[in-house]
Amino acid sequence: MFEHIIPKYNYWIYITLMMIGLYAMISKNNLIKKIIGMNIFQTAIILFYVSMGAKRGATIPIIEHSQGHGIIDVTRYINPLPHVLMLTAIVVSVATLGVALALAVKVYKRYGTLEEDEILKKIKEE
Amino acid sequence: MKEQFPALIVTVPLLSSFIVSISGWVRRSLCFYITLSVLILINIFSFSILNQVICSGVIQYRLGGWEPPWGIAYHIDHLNALMLCVISVVSLLNLISTKKAVERDMEEKRGAFYTLYALMITGLLGITITGDAFNLYVLLEIASLTGYGLIAIGEDRAVLSSLNYLYMGTIGACFYLLGIGYLYIVTGSLNMVDISHILPSLYNSKAVMVAFVICMVGLWIKMALFPLHGWLPNAYTHAYASSSSLIAPLMTKVMVYVMLRVMFSIFTPDYIFRYINPGRMIVWLSISAIFFGAVMALSQKNIKRMFTFIIVSEIGYMVGGAWIGNRVALTGCIFHMVNDALMTLGAFLFLGILSHNNIDETFDGIKGLTKRMPFTMGAFILCALSFIGVPPTSGFFSKWYLLLGAMDAGYYGFMLALIVSSLINVILFFRIIEAAYFYGHDASEIREAELFELVPLFMVVAIILIVGLLNAELVQYIIDPAIPKMII
Repeated sequence: MFEHIIPKYNYWIYITLMMIGLYAMISKNNLIKKIIGMNIFQTAIILFYVSMGAKRGATIPIIEHSQGHGIIDVTRYINPLPHVLMLTAIVVSVATLGVALALAVKVYKRYGTLEEDEILKKIKEE
Repeated sequence: MKEQFPALIVTVPLLSSFIVSISGWVRRSLCFYITLSVLILINIFSFSILNQVICSGVIQYRLGGWEPPWGIAYHIDHLNALMLCVISVVSLLNLISTKKAVERDMEEKRGAFYTLYALMITGLLGITITGDAFNLYVLLEIASLTGYGLIAIGEDRAVLSSLNYLYMGTIGACFYLLGIGYLYIVTGSLNMVDISHILPSLYNSKAVMVAFVICMVGLWIKMALFPLHGWLPNAYTHAYASSSSLIAPLMTKVMVYVMLRVMFSIFTPDYIFRYINPGRMIVWLSISAIFFGAVMALSQKNIKRMFTFIIVSEIGYMVGGAWIGNRVALTGCIFHMVNDALMTLGAFLFLGILSHNNIDETFDGIKGLTKRMPFTMGAFILCALSFIGVPPTSGFFSKWYLLLGAMDAGYYGFMLALIVSSLINVILFFRIIEAAYFYGHDASEIREAELFELVPLFMVVAIILIVGLLNAELVQYIIDPAIPKMII
């Protein structure tokens, strides 16, 4: 059983984080908590990408001139592409968070509360 | 010049959004004209691309001259080109038609509105044209984020609906990203064509299957396939007519396009129909979507809300058509994508005219409307006939292909769903027609809609009729070459 968990712990971490985020989005009543849950959800996927590019004992893929034998040992270099992709994904998640918080501010100004059940009650009363 | 159109079609609206944003501070009246000229340019680009694809086959375009698996490559076939044309035509007609409504509803925010409009078009065009799976995710988020903004500008409850849409939309896009991550682990590539070349040796891998399932669920959330449709009715109902008539025709249809792209260009038809073959289950899902949408539409009092449920039902048509898995049904699916964008645009332009003239969007509100607005109602009725599927409107032909495809494959439940939902559409639209024709109304201040609103509506109707009459040519020259050869 452990051979599925310990060598692949990075996947378990990202799945746990993702489920925490999803739980917060589904069950929390406060809009800000939901938004933070959404952000945890996105961060989990960013961590998943970052961990798949990482390699133990390896370095950034810049080939030194002094080596010059024409042989490149791939185990010494990490794959930078997933990390670069995640720069874009971080920008996207920041933008999403910004839009979500701006909407939450507008909701608060309109209804005077951020608790979802109170907002729904107010909508029903109107 | 011509060979640079694929890059220009994305960069021009992107850069123009900055200019629109600046002119929103300097001179607000300029925003509309800048957006208009950009959209006219985009129409020229997209029809030129379609023409090139029809004449000389698939266009390969390398951004920055980088070779395909490393750089971002555009791989434009008939399906891309067709969707580009649909997006540009719909956005142009909608822009013209909503000019006065935007001036009235959001005088202060006009600059912001047109900036978001241009950015949304950038996102949708980019999703459609790109051949890179990660690039698609980024553009998907651009289109979605601007969509949330456009919806949130709307009336009172729009902000809350937009926030709910944002939660669901983000989960959907993240699932897509996760699926692409799994594919990247096993193939080491993000280029769609490249992935599809590497995949055949990996059909046994569980990671590929997980990637497929996660991608599909994510896209279904974004396209509002029942039971993942929860965000759609509120978001589209509460948005202003000028925003919802842009988002409703395009967003869900572009997502159906992405689903087709993921099914056939990333995962091969061989894999999805022979290897894992979940077709039967998904067609049943789409049948329940069709029934659910139709029944919910029947129970609505608000006409705009009724249309949002019709969209849910139409998504069922397209998803079902794609998963039946034969050539005829897939033709119907792609054809219906074009039709549905046009019909939904027609319906929402009609709703825009109603809200611009302060007419209630309910069955009581439109009583006796035919006497006051004969041209608007006439155009709307032609749209309605297309929704129902009466020849020679284009709606008939796509439903006909879907029916034939379902019959070939033995999906009788899907045929039944198509016929029953068409009959329910008859009831839905005749309720509107009955109220508009056979009841008097003394609101004499209502006048016929103005010319700039009528002309786009008539153009939509004309396109629906032309597409209907030229259906054989459309299928022969554009849709049939868009379908992978492996599908019989």
